[in-house]
Amino acid sequence: MGKTLAEKIIGEHVGREVVAGEIVVTPVDVCLVQDGTGPLAINQLRKINLEKAANPQQTVLFIDHASPSPRKELANDHIALRQFARKTDCYVSEVGDGVCHQVINEYYTRPGDIVIGADSHTCTSGALGALGTGMGSTDVAIGIALGKTWLRVPESYRFVVYGRFQPGVYAKDLILHIIGMLGADGATYKSMEFCGETIENMEMSERLTMSNMAVEAGAKCGIIFSDKKTRAYLIAHGRGKSYRELRADEDATYERTYEVNASKILPTISFPHTVDNTRNIEHKDCQDVKIDQVYIGTCTNGRLEDLRIAAQILKGKQRHPGTRLIVVPASRSVYQQALEEGTLAILNGAGASIQSPGCGPCVGIHQGVLGDGEACLSTQNRNFKGRMGNPNAFIYLASPATAAATALKGKIADPREVIG
Amino acid sequence: MTAMRGKAWKFGDSISTDHIAPGRLFHLRSNLPELAKHVLEDARPEFASSMAPGDFVVGGGNFGLGSSREHAPTIIKIAGVSAVLAKSFARIFFRNCINVGLPAIICDTDKIDEGDELEVDLSRGKVINRTKKIELSFPPLPPVMTKILQEGGLANYIHKHGDFRLK
Ligand code: SF4
Repeated sequence: MGKTLAEKIIGEHVGREVVAGEIVVTPVDVCLVQDGTGPLAINQLRKINLEKAANPQQTVLFIDHASPSPRKELANDHIALRQFARKTDCYVSEVGDGVCHQVINEYYTRPGDIVIGADSHTCTSGALGALGTGMGSTDVAIGIALGKTWLRVPESYRFVVYGRFQPGVYAKDLILHIIGMLGADGATYKSMEFCGETIENMEMSERLTMSNMAVEAGAKCGIIFSDKKTRAYLIAHGRGKSYRELRADEDATYERTYEVNASKILPTISFPHTVDNTRNIEHKDCQDVKIDQVYIGTCTNGRLEDLRIAAQILKGKQRHPGTRLIVVPASRSVYQQALEEGTLAILNGAGASIQSPGCGPCVGIHQGVLGDGEACLSTQNRNFKGRMGNPNAFIYLASPATAAATALKGKIADPREVIG
Repeated sequence: MTAMRGKAWKFGDSISTDHIAPGRLFHLRSNLPELAKHVLEDARPEFASSMAPGDFVVGGGNFGLGSSREHAPTIIKIAGVSAVLAKSFARIFFRNCINVGLPAIICDTDKIDEGDELEVDLSRGKVINRTKKIELSFPPLPPVMTKILQEGGLANYIHKHGDFRLK
């Protein structure tokens, strides 16, 4: 019987054929925790006297959410992560190294892997043809110590995307559109599988954006086949040998199939306070929405390609005086390249505040917490009430192009009007 | 397990982990008793100070969506809530509830109003609404989750068994 990507990957791990709905115990290849979830994971292991790592070379503790630390309590959490790493030989991704989901896919994830992470956006690894899924601290703690976890083999929804994006429209608009269509619980427990010519044509940067947001429809994972673009990405990060081709079988069984015409999609915005509350840019609600802060960055859209898109729009111009602009490269290598090629100089010249690689203001800890009544347009993946540190603020989600256009105009703006 | 009794606190649809354990309190994550004083603050500011131990959190659809932070169900439990009831749960939150030993129950919460006196019998899969004099049933957990819950959470379960046992 034909297999979906989720069934294939899990089946390879457990050494027999599996079908959706089964519960299995499976080895895991890569484990990650971050500074918000890692300390609890470590405590749990200490409590049951199991402070060890089955695969320390493939276990990474990220200091990215509160990084550099804005408070002593968080600095102490960072110390705990470093101590655990010393004890177990796991790796610490330090202050300035970047967001977990960017770094893990630059340096660790291989096609066919099972990646578990104590962070909901671990599904980002799906872009490389891996099954990445987010879990809680204790689940990942046990995964780190024993090298395995239990999983229910998910049913799959297939998204066949065809057609070319209009200029000014990107993967972010597509995934926001899909989540708006499905609803925030439209794919709960499912594996979302993205395929079709539009996905085939996407570079890894855009595929990562697609997989990153699968959890915003409730999905367990968001997987994409691996191909020559995956290979090129791995080679670019010195990991060409990790490549293998992986595709779902032609006759795999999908619980649902959706066809999406990419050429019909317009720049799309999620309105406060849920990701599925989407409007396209031509909707009347997008008129005259004043924005106090624009944020370009995160595991969704803080990659080099994203910063280049923003720089192209902002080159030689100035942000609107009433709108501050925060830019956070997703990783050290993104930062380095953006620095060397001049992209950061353009953004700085346009009035951006450029900060250390990491999560930035995404989760409301530091580096851009919003004031009462303020509105932020962000390239992140989530706009829940209170997300950016203030329940009395408003968050809009959009692509880097829409974000850059908005920074210029001071209100939500259509990127198609400002791209050359 | 004996039946749990308490009062219902109603919440709407789509209660996120940011409502339950907001990011602005990130620095309290290694001080869970302190963080628990703020549980669900961004959904109902009065909840933490007014609830009584044993009470139930009753949500609508997609309860617990958002981040993987296990601190969210942990502080609900530390606050003394006996179980969370909802029409549906987000995946990671549901799994986390069981992992921290907090029962998460899927039932028709439209039949429960604020302040209703509830009794939950996990072994029979029943919610008894004593105020409305009705019974709601809920589906059993997969066996692996039942075991984890019975042991008081995943850490205890692994401590006892040393490994996952599916049977
Ligand atoms: S950038 Fe935002 S969504 Fe991504 S891992 Fe960091 S806090 Fe989470």
